Amino acid sequence: MELKQIKNIVEAALMASDEPLQNKQLLDLFPDEELTGNDINQVLNELEQEYQDRGIELKRLAKGYRLQTRESVQPWLQHLWDKKPRKLSRALLETLALIAYRQPITRGEIEDIRGVAVSSKIIHHMMDQEWIRVLGYRDVPGKPAMLGTTNTFLDYFNLSSLRDLPSLAAIKDMETLEPELAFESNDPSPIDAEQATDDDHEVRAAQTERHEPSDELPDPENESTENAS
Amino acid sequence: MSESDQDNTFTPSAVQSEMPFAVVEGKPYTSMPTDLYIPPDALEVILEAFEGPLDLLLYLIRRQNLDILNIPIQEITKQYVEYIELMHQMNFELAAEYLVMAAMLAEIKSRMLLPTLHDDEEMEEDPRAELIRRLQEYERFKQAAEDIDGLPRLERDVWVAEVYVEHKAEQQEWVEIDLKDLVMAFKEVMARADLKISHAIEREVLSVRDRMTLVLDRLLQNKTVRFESLFNVKEGRQGVLVSFLAILELLKAHTIELVQNEPFGSIYLQTSTANTSGD
Repeated sequence: MELKQIKNIVEAALMASDEPLQNKQLLDLFPDEELTGNDINQVLNELEQEYQDRGIELKRLAKGYRLQTRESVQPWLQHLWDKKPRKLSRALLETLALIAYRQPITRGEIEDIRGVAVSSKIIHHMMDQEWIRVLGYRDVPGKPAMLGTTNTFLDYFNLSSLRDLPSLAAIKDMETLEPELAFESNDPSPIDAEQATDDDHEVRAAQTERHEPSDELPDPENESTENAS
Repeated sequence: MSESDQDNTFTPSAVQSEMPFAVVEGKPYTSMPTDLYIPPDALEVILEAFEGPLDLLLYLIRRQNLDILNIPIQEITKQYVEYIELMHQMNFELAAEYLVMAAMLAEIKSRMLLPTLHDDEEMEEDPRAELIRRLQEYERFKQAAEDIDGLPRLERDVWVAEVYVEHKAEQQEWVEIDLKDLVMAFKEVMARADLKISHAIEREVLSVRDRMTLVLDRLLQNKTVRFESLFNVKEGRQGVLVSFLAILELLKAHTIELVQNEPFGSIYLQTSTANTSGD
C-alpha cells in the first residue's frame, strides 16, 4: 500500500474517532500490511505538517493523537453555540492545581495549603469528569486517599504529559532574608527593596524552579499504560 | 460614592435614630470605619470572591503593594479583624477558618511585641515566618490555578475535529413492548398448539419452576432468545401454557426483559442485566 493511502486512512480514522488514537491503534488498522510504528509516525508527522496552516491541527496528547480545532479560531466558532462555555470555579481550579502539581496528595494537605476545607462536591465532580483518581491510601491513621490526575485530565487541558504544566512560581527564600527582617521597621532593608522590585514574571522564570513540577511528579510514561486498555 | 451615601445604603436606621449599628470591642460605631481600603458597599461582592483567610490576607497585602516578606503585621491584623467584624455584622456565616486566622494574627502580633534576645548565634525565628511561608505557598498555587485555567481547554478553546461516519456503530434500538403484544404473540402460539389438539397427549406434570430454569438456561447460552422458540407446540396447550407462565413469572421477578427490534417485529427475551442498548 502506498504511503499516501495509509496517510489518508490514518487521517480518516483520526477524524472518525472521538477519542485520541495511539500509534498502536492506528497500526492495527493495517493488519495485512507490513508496517511498523515508525511508518505511522512518519505519516503522522506528514499530517502534522500539512495541517500547519489550517483551522484544525494534529495534537499529541496523553492518550494519543487527536485532530482538533485550533485555539485561534475559537472566537469565531463560539458563534455556533448559544451557550458560553462553563467556567470552572476558583475553588475547583485551586484544588485541581494542587492535585496536579503535588500528587499524590491527600485532602488534608490540600486544606493545609488552601487554608479552607475541601468541598466534597468539587472532589466528586472532578472524579466524575475523570480528571482525578485515587492513587492509593496513605498508611497513617484514617487512611486518607491520595489523589492524582488522569490522562483524561491531560487530554482535556491539551497537555501530553505532566511536564507540560506551566512551571510553578518560585518561593522567595525566607532563610536568606530572615536576618534582614527588622522587627517593626518601616524602612525596607536593601534586600527587601530588591525583592520588592522583583516582578512576578521574573520570579516565575527563575531557572532554579523551572523544572520543579517535573521533578516532583511521577514519570508520565509509566502512567500511559493505565488508560491503554 | 461618598461616605454618607454608604451610610444611607447600609444603615438607614443608624442615620435616623443614631443607634450604633456595630459594637466592636465594646465600642459603639455609628458610622462605617473610614480607613477601610475597600468601600464597604463592595464588601458583599468581594467576600464571595475570597477563597479563604489566606486569600483575603493576600488581597490586603497585594492591594497595598506591601512586601510579602515584610508584612506590617499590626496594620494587616487591624484590617483583617475589621473585615471579620463587618462580615459578622452583616450576618455572613463565617467559616471557622477566618477566625482561626484572626487568632493566629493576634498571636504573631503579641509575639512580636515580646523582647527578643539579640544573640547572633541563635537567631530567633521571625514570628511571621510561618505565615509568610503559608501565604507564599498559597499564592503560588493560586497562580498555578490561573495558569491551568489559561490552558487551552477542550470544549472551551478547542474542539475534537470529527467527520460524520455512516454506520459508525451499528446500534440496535430496542423497542419497549407492552402486554398486549405479548398476549397476541401467545395467541399465535396457542393457535398453533390447537392444531395438535387431536393428538393424544401423554399427561405429564409440567412444573412452571422447571420451565423457568429451562428458559434461563436458554438465556445463558444465547444473549437473546426469540419468544416463539421457547414453545414446543408438541406439548400442546398445557405445555405451551406452562412455558408462558414461566416467562411471566420471570418477568415479574425482573429476571428477564422482553424486547422488540421494531414494532410488530419478533419479540425477544433477554436477561435484565443485559445492556439494553445492545452492542
